Amino acid sequence: MSILHIVNKSPFQDSTMNSCLAICSNQDSVILIEDGVFGALLTSPVASDIKKLSARGTRFYALTNDVVARGLTEKLLPDVNLVSYQDFVSLSIECKQIQSWY
Amino acid sequence: MVMIMLFSLVILSAPYSNQSSMSAFEFAKAVLDEGHKIHRIFFYSDGIHNATSLSAPPKDEINLPQEWQQLSEKENIDLVVCIAAALRRGVLNTEEAIRYEKSSANLLDKFEISGLGQLLEGRKYLLSCRFINTARAG
Repeated sequence: MSILHIVNKSPFQDSTMNSCLAICSNQDSVILIEDGVFGALLTSPVASDIKKLSARGTRFYALTNDVVARGLTEKLLPDVNLVSYQDFVSLSIECKQIQSWY
Repeated sequence: MVMIMLFSLVILSAPYSNQSSMSAFEFAKAVLDEGHKIHRIFFYSDGIHNATSLSAPPKDEINLPQEWQQLSEKENIDLVVCIAAALRRGVLNTEEAIRYEKSSANLLDKFEISGLGQLLEGRKYLLSCRFINTARAG
């Protein structure tokens, strides 16, 4: 069963992203939105977790609008794909369930 | 074959307090732009502040309560406000304002005050739809 996890909190401020990554399966996808995009930084506290999960098959996305608004475009992990709101909608359809971490 | 999906959204945060209501609005527009449908948007907890008619932001800023209202008119989407959350926070329709002897009502007219049953009813389409909670501030 694939789940789309939506995370909107920065891992520098909040533990929700850690909680999400701890239960994420290799079938799941994670989309980082709002301050959650700070999790996609090369220097993020969850960078090594993202790399490990990504190598096992979990897919990672970050919302382009929120990344650009924060000036982070050039500083992201290569494991994280930039996506539009349209892609966000497609992901929410492809995955069987949606879990918003708030 | 293009599959049309039926979405329900749950909004838990107040507009302007953080980005979440705006994200939900952008997501809702993308859902409709992609040819899918939104059955209902349920406003719960601090999300009920999205339903006030008294919001008056500066003219060069988005008026999110008005935007929800216009989206509902254009796309025929149910906007449902949780009654328990709304009464506590002072967002009332005329009927409730009279019942509680308040000086005025401030619920935008496309929003309907109802209960959690409407939230569950939105879930009955779960097999053919997507049910999305938008995040609130921690």
